[in-house]
Order: sequence, then C-alpha cells, then structure tokens
Amino acid sequence: MSAASGSLPRYILIRLALVIPMMWVLLTVVFFLLRVAPGDPVTAAVGGKLDEAALDQRRAALGLDRPLIVQYLDYLGNVAHLDFGNTISDNRPVLDIIRDQGGATLTLTLGAFLIALVIGLPLGRMAGRYRDTSADAGIRVFGVVAYAAPIFWTGLMMILLVVAFFPSWPTNDIGSVVTKFEVQPKTHILLVDAGLAGNGEAFVDVLKHHVLPCLALGLLLAGVIIRLVRINVIQAMKGDYVEAARARGIPERRVVRHHAFRNALVPVITVIGLQVAITLSGALVTERTFNWPGLGTELVQYTISRDYIAVQGLVTFFALIVVLVSLAVDIINALVDPRVRY
Amino acid sequence: MRAFFRQIWNTKGLARWILIAGAAITVVFLIFALFAPWIAPYDFNQTKVDGVKLPKLAPPSGKYWFGTNDQFYDIFSRVVWGARTAFEVILGTLVLSILIGVPLGLISGFLGGWFDRLLVFVMDAIYSLPSLLLAIVFAFLLRDALGNGVVAAALAITAVYIPQYFRVVRNTTVSARESTYIEAARALGAKPFTIMRKYLFGNVIQSVPVIGTLNAADALGTLAALGFLGFGIQPTEASEWGYDMSRALDDAQAGVWWPTLFPGLALILLITALTLVGEGLNETLNPSLRRRRFQNVTFSHRETQPEEATR
Repeated sequence: MSAASGSLPRYILIRLALVIPMMWVLLTVVFFLLRVAPGDPVTAAVGGKLDEAALDQRRAALGLDRPLIVQYLDYLGNVAHLDFGNTISDNRPVLDIIRDQGGATLTLTLGAFLIALVIGLPLGRMAGRYRDTSADAGIRVFGVVAYAAPIFWTGLMMILLVVAFFPSWPTNDIGSVVTKFEVQPKTHILLVDAGLAGNGEAFVDVLKHHVLPCLALGLLLAGVIIRLVRINVIQAMKGDYVEAARARGIPERRVVRHHAFRNALVPVITVIGLQVAITLSGALVTERTFNWPGLGTELVQYTISRDYIAVQGLVTFFALIVVLVSLAVDIINALVDPRVRY
Repeated sequence: MRAFFRQIWNTKGLARWILIAGAAITVVFLIFALFAPWIAPYDFNQTKVDGVKLPKLAPPSGKYWFGTNDQFYDIFSRVVWGARTAFEVILGTLVLSILIGVPLGLISGFLGGWFDRLLVFVMDAIYSLPSLLLAIVFAFLLRDALGNGVVAAALAITAVYIPQYFRVVRNTTVSARESTYIEAARALGAKPFTIMRKYLFGNVIQSVPVIGTLNAADALGTLAALGFLGFGIQPTEASEWGYDMSRALDDAQAGVWWPTLFPGLALILLITALTLVGEGLNETLNPSLRRRRFQNVTFSHRETQPEEATR
C-alpha cells in the first residue's frame, strides 16, 4: 500500500504468479465437473453406432480406462502445452476448432465492446451530469432494459425490423456465400483476411454482417457501462478538484469533460474486464441468434452430439480466456492508476 | 409484516413506484401461472382439436389471439402456460440455491481454516466462469440422469447461483464471527451449531431477499437462454418461451413475426417486472439507499394566530 512498495514490475510479477493457482483451480473444477457426472463419454457420443468391443477400444484410445488421477494429471499436462485433445464424434483437434472458429467470436466481441463504448460513455456522462432530470431517468431506463433484455430477444426484434424495412441487409452468418468462397483463410479472421486480400467488396460485406450481431451484444454491455459511468461521474463531480476547477472559472462543460469524466473512467476499465464472462455468455446466444460461425455455435453443436472432449476443451479454453483477460486488465489498471499496485 | 409494508410505503419517490409497478406485472403473470388451465384455450402441447390439426403458422386472429407456430401450437396458450414453467423453475432454483448456498457459507465462514479456503477457491472459480457456460455444462451433465424437464432445468440453473449466496453469507459470517455477542455466546458454552443457528443465522440472512429477487430475473433469463440454445425444457414437457423463440428463428428471418414477438414480449415483461421488484426492494429496504418521504403532520388546532394578534 505504501508508496515505496508500489513498483510496477513487482506488481506485474506477483500478478503473473497468481495466474497459476487461478488457472489450476479452474482447470480442476472443469475436469472434475465433467467426470463426476453419470454416464461415459464414449457411449454418450457414439453409443449405439458401434458394438461393445469397438467402444472399449475407443475408451482405451482416449485413455478413459486409466485411473482418474492419471487422467487428471495427463489433462493438466496437455493443457499446459495447449493441447485440448481431439473430439470424439468427428476426431477433430479442438485446437483446430479454436483456430478456425475463434476469429468470428473475436471480431464479434470486439465489435460489441466498441459499440458498447460508443453508446455507453456519452450516455453515462450525460446521465451523471444531469442527475435526476428527465434525461437521466430516460437514460437509466434504457440502461436497465438494455441489460435486462435477453440478447436473443433484442437480436430477434432487430431481425424482424430489418427484414420488414431493409430486406437487403444481411441478418445472419458472417459473410455472403461469395465472400466466403473468394476470401482465402490466412489469419482465420474473416474481416482481416478480406482486408489483407485487398478485396474491398468482401470487406464491406463482412462489415455489414457484423453490424446487427455486434449491436445486439453491444447493447447489453452498454447497459453496464451507462450505469457505471453515471455513478462515477456523480461521485467525481463532488470531488474537491472539480470544485477547484469551477472556482478557477473553467466553463462547466470543460469541467465535466476534462476533470470529472476522465477520473470517472478509471474504474470503467476494471469493470469492462469483469464483463468478459458476461460477454462470453452473451456471445454464445448471439451466435445462435444470427447463425454466426463462432466458438459458441461449435460448443452448442458438440454439446448436442454429447462430445465430452470437445465440451471439456472448449470450456477450458473459455476459462483460460477469462483468466488471461482479467490479468491483462489488472496490468493495464496498474499502468493507468498507481494506487492499485501492491 | 405490517412494519415491512410501512417501510415500503414511507419511502420517497421513484423507488416505491418502481416496486409497485414491478409487483403489479408480476402478479398478472402469477395469475397466468396459477390459472393457466382455465385461461389458456388449449393445452401447452395440444396440436389437435377433435382430431383436426390446428393450422400451421396462422396469423393472429379472433380465434388464435397470438397466431399459431410451426409446431401447430396456439401461441397464446403457450405464452400463458410458459408463465407457469417460468415460476416453477424460478422458485425451484431460488429455493435450492439458497438451501445449499446459505448453510455452506455459514459453515465455511464460521469454521474457517483449510475447509473455508478450499471452498472459497472453488466457489470463486465457478463464479468467474461465464454463467451460461456453466448452466450449459450442467444441463449437458444432467440430461442423461434427469431428462429435459423442469427439474433438470432448475438444477442446471441452481449451480450458477450457489456461489453468489455462498459469497455473501460467508463474508458476513466472517465479519460477524469476531463480534462481541458471538464471543459472549461462546463464553456461555454454546456449541458451534447453536451459535450458527441462533446467533449468526438471523444476522447473515438479511441480504438474501434482495439478491433473491434480482437473481429471479436473472434465472429467468438463463432459463430462456438455455431453452433458446436447445438445452432447456422440451415442448412436450412444458411450455417454455426461450424454446419457442428458438423455433421461431427461421420464421423471423422470413419476416413471420408472431411466433417470436409474443413469447418474447412475455419474457421481457416478466424479467423487467422482477428486476423492478428487486431494485425497488433494494432501495426501500436498504437503509443506506433509502430516502424517506415527508410525512403529513397534523398540528393541533389553535384558537388564535399569534402573528395576527400582534399586528
């Protein structure tokens, strides 16, 4: 807490060291959750299609006949060098799924964050500045509804409106058939690939496809940001430095923008980091709503085909993302605000 | 009970109206849920009347108020029956997660030591996972044992909310454990169980009702999301709005609006109502947020007005 102990490298080192137990706990929870349940993965995925001997052979091949503790250590070892195994149902490396489909989820969530900031920051600032007026009430209701409305509801309403009034605007998938055919996968992020290929038409097409899904997911996050920014602006406006700025004769507009608002932004970074879990939950539903070819769609499909390895691998991957983003957020926070260092 | 209502009534301004509006909408849905067989013209899984199939995707009309969907169901009936499912799952989830989360938090916080640390670790890990992902994993695991009914859905959602009650109760217990009245009880020779039951329980349970109502809204959203993704309640087991909306996805792309709109409206109305009740309760019962309104005070009648008399 004292100023002497607050060196940045030290903080980052401690924070990095804390990642290991966090990951270990998460991986352990994921592993045991999927093992304590009744039923056996191979029977669940391909039972009924193969005879008993073939099923046993599959089990042996997957190492499921070994003691639980051996399987557990093996799993930890594999995850340590990013091997999530091969799916049972179609024998595809989980890492390939993540590579091929992860890009779509990535651009979806990043786009949603962008939209959430564009909507949330100005509205939150306005609500905070004009507290207890009708504008404040209206913005707050908007924030509550945006957060409380299930994404698939918002998404479906958007689809209905768009289909009725702009029939030519794309309402599902990440790109048109032509675009997907023309653009060669390089980075496996379709938007980037289209840009790299210099295919302007495809790039615009992919961007258009992003609008509705990103808006649906972004509105949810905007609800969170509005609430947070509003409270922080209200609190910052009570600060001595705001009083001092006013006393120096700085116009109110500038006081709000430069003195109150900037300070209100620091906690926003933290909370945005905490929203990663919500965003991933939201992405699962958004992808289903807009038929988006991302990791959520894959997870849903493998869950339906009762593929333990695929589900375990994808859930593990999501858990890793949550841990890593919270690490990144803490480090950014320490860079921005010296008070948070250990 | 009377003091409880007076506290709500005496709160200033918006908070009270938020609470009343939310409660009113919730009551309407409760009536739907309780009297579904009498309100709904058809059963939730009824596709035929006297051996004749209902029309497929018929638009709203005098006969089918909200139209029919692609599975030959009457949408108005599905919406009404859906309220019953919603309340069943919400109630089941709340009761189960409180029954598990609160005692766990109490014991963990009171005992401390390695047991406490282990539980906190595990609960924090579960809490940090995306909630829908967790519900999907549990629905996935429970399907073989429990099928696709209301019970399986409620159990899958319960897993998401246990850590929240655990955290709140455990943290309050840890801070209450060191207080004087617990020390006094211990000095009198009370057994750990007696201390937990008689002294701690009443003090750490305070924040549970507010979390409970807010979680009710959230649980409904999770239930619908599960149904929407195809892991929820099957249409033959009970009517569920999220499932109906997922069936309506392709229709929506084709511009057929009624199979989506009506279950969606019911869902969002009930979620909003429950959220309003939660927020309202929070602002009326939490002393640090509550703003009392001015009371009408009647002064006793006076014969002469002193100001006038001196003039």
